[in-house]
Amino acid sequence: MSLSSHEVWQEFSGNKIGLVGVGIIILLFAMSAVAAVTIPVETFKEWNNPASWITFPKSSLPAWVNYFLSEKIPEHKILKNPQTASQTVGEISVISHGFVVDYEYDSFPSDFIYEYTARYTGTPLLQISIIRPDNVELQLTSTSLPKSATETSYHELIFSTDDSVKKNLRKNAKHFAFALDQLSAEDVVFSATDTNKVLKGRYVFQVNLYSIDSQTTIEDSKFILGGKIYGLIGTDELRRDLAVGLLWGTPLALFIGISVAVGSVVIGLIYGVFAGYKGKKTDEALMRFNDVIYAMPALPLLIILAVTIGNSIFLIVGFLMIFGWVGIAKVSRSMAMQIKTLQYVEAAKIMGQKDIKVIFKHILPQLLPYTFASIAISVPAAITTEAGLSFLGLGDPTFPTWGQILHDANTFGAAARGLWWWIVPPGVMIAITGLAFVFIGNAMDTIVNPKLKR
Amino acid sequence: MFGVLMATLLVTIALVGSNMDSILKQSVAFEIRQQITDNKALVENFKSPEELDSFILAQIDQRIKALGLDEPWYSPPRLGLAVYKILILDFGHATFLTSDSGSSNVKDILLEKLPRTILLFTTATVIISLLGIFIGALSGSKVNSKLDRMTSTFAVVSSSFPVWWIGMLMIFVFAFAYQIFPARATPLIPVTDPGYIGALLYHMTLPLITLVLIGFGSWAYLVRNFLIGILQEDFIMAKRAVGIPERKIIYTHALKNAAPPIVTVLALSLSGSLGGAVITEAVFDWPGMGRLYFEAISVLDLPVIIGATYVLTAFFLASIFLADILYGYFDPRVRTG
Repeated sequence: MSLSSHEVWQEFSGNKIGLVGVGIIILLFAMSAVAAVTIPVETFKEWNNPASWITFPKSSLPAWVNYFLSEKIPEHKILKNPQTASQTVGEISVISHGFVVDYEYDSFPSDFIYEYTARYTGTPLLQISIIRPDNVELQLTSTSLPKSATETSYHELIFSTDDSVKKNLRKNAKHFAFALDQLSAEDVVFSATDTNKVLKGRYVFQVNLYSIDSQTTIEDSKFILGGKIYGLIGTDELRRDLAVGLLWGTPLALFIGISVAVGSVVIGLIYGVFAGYKGKKTDEALMRFNDVIYAMPALPLLIILAVTIGNSIFLIVGFLMIFGWVGIAKVSRSMAMQIKTLQYVEAAKIMGQKDIKVIFKHILPQLLPYTFASIAISVPAAITTEAGLSFLGLGDPTFPTWGQILHDANTFGAAARGLWWWIVPPGVMIAITGLAFVFIGNAMDTIVNPKLKR
Repeated sequence: MFGVLMATLLVTIALVGSNMDSILKQSVAFEIRQQITDNKALVENFKSPEELDSFILAQIDQRIKALGLDEPWYSPPRLGLAVYKILILDFGHATFLTSDSGSSNVKDILLEKLPRTILLFTTATVIISLLGIFIGALSGSKVNSKLDRMTSTFAVVSSSFPVWWIGMLMIFVFAFAYQIFPARATPLIPVTDPGYIGALLYHMTLPLITLVLIGFGSWAYLVRNFLIGILQEDFIMAKRAVGIPERKIIYTHALKNAAPPIVTVLALSLSGSLGGAVITEAVFDWPGMGRLYFEAISVLDLPVIIGATYVLTAFFLASIFLADILYGYFDPRVRTG
């Protein structure tokens, strides 16, 4: 029964599936670390705030689908770092931001947006033009910013659908062999001159701000080229980048799974061992209480608890523990009943050691391998149950878990509308995480129960 | 057994009761304010708005006392009344929800939804267990064969996917990509239509396939493990030595001995699936107990919640009880007295 940690590791390292499990979990922890480092906490707190996702495309496919398509779908691009230059001619100073886009797709983008914040006094002039691969230059906007005597900051979004943009483009009708009146701005800008088809190549969006004040600056200059594919996993109906959600879901799932498993196993173990060790009436009473909890329907009660008491992530972890410890208490009780008849335990008792000391020093260490195995095995159940609760819309709204992404997917009818990239990745993540712990648990189990080996 | 049922209900009432009370009190206050302000003649009798206000508050207090809402939910008379009503299976009237036929009596609602849940989940469990026992027996008799390995892998993999997620995938594949089955499992035609049962069965196919797909793997694995243990017993060896065909040994002698644990697990999984129904029915929009339960909780309809919890718990306990009895039937060793 007793195994040293060295022996356990030796047996474990011989178990390939167990090692695969460990590998996956290390990978998941690495993902959590990446999430914590690369994506600031603020971003994921903004998960349920639609305003912070406004520059993202709606329900767009993941970017890698283009590798499998002959007709390349335009990718959604958010360009944040323009090539900046500034020069002064006489008393006029010019700040210019240039955004370079290599457009190699087979259909037109859905739109484009320029977002900026200017800090100025007076009335600077903003001009946006585009230099196309065929060296035709089209002017999109030429507008003066609102007059201000003192220094102000002015924030504006210029959309491709703006009337001024369309009007400016119509002035360039001489370049094109077809009528521009019925076409939207992006269909003109990215079109070849002879027919209305996409002209591939390098486009440069040039933003110039002319002013007589040398203190004028442009901040947060962003050019957004609207496409239909984005990022590693795509975006959902609310324009959220699913990769961010999935990445942040990893530490949350691990936290929920591991803390629930550790909590319920420890409670169950101590409860069971105490009952088994004490025996007689204590045992009887404790086990009857155990039966009562065991016979309660867990999920309906969990739902009631989440609705009435609260759905903070810590509360849900607590609720899951309430129903998690029961089975473990039963098994550890029967184990404790075996161990307490062993001579060394009796010797310790006769020597006058306190019950608590006997339990913690002589009985519990014997159950350690079993403890680890059952922790690993209880993790997947905790993760799927939490995902289930979140799926019903009872999760913690401040933390986007995988279950909540699926809940949103279900509310927007993603399955019936064919938005597979919204459904598949979260479920696969849940399953992979669960599987990894099951692998480890099974590998531990074969060590703890040599009977299972064959 | 009975104690557990009552304990569950008490927990439910305790959790939902106080919230429910405050909601009821608010609605009473709103109703009375409405009534009094609508009554122009009465309003004109008061000289100042303060006087009117105090009159309204007095009225509200009176109504709350009359309804017994002034006492907390745990006061003996209210609790006693609630328990008594539950004992005689009178769940009262639902506060918000109604059945398809329009009745707000909780008993009517439950009686309408329960058969549908039982129809779906019992059919699924029966198919799962038959399939599982057959495949489990096959792979148990040929340990380490290809089939055996496939079964074991499938069992582990399928059990780590949430059923409702597979359900979403199934909707994607069969309702979107290949439009074979409808995405929503609620038939659109009215209940009274003669074609209703047919439509219900047609709408049931997708959830049924999902449940079976997820369920039978772990079943087969379970049966296999029990069977392997038994096939190593001496009496099987003896039967082989006598020359009884292998097929007969497995399906009659070995399976019969593996029956007690299998039956226990069967009964537990049947009732467990009823609890899991809450999420599965939400995915497929199946008009059964699970969805009713979820709807009731989202609007905090206390009578319906209590009724549904009662039925779910009763089913759960009944199946545990049944499992115990069946265990005694299959395994005479546990019989006493």
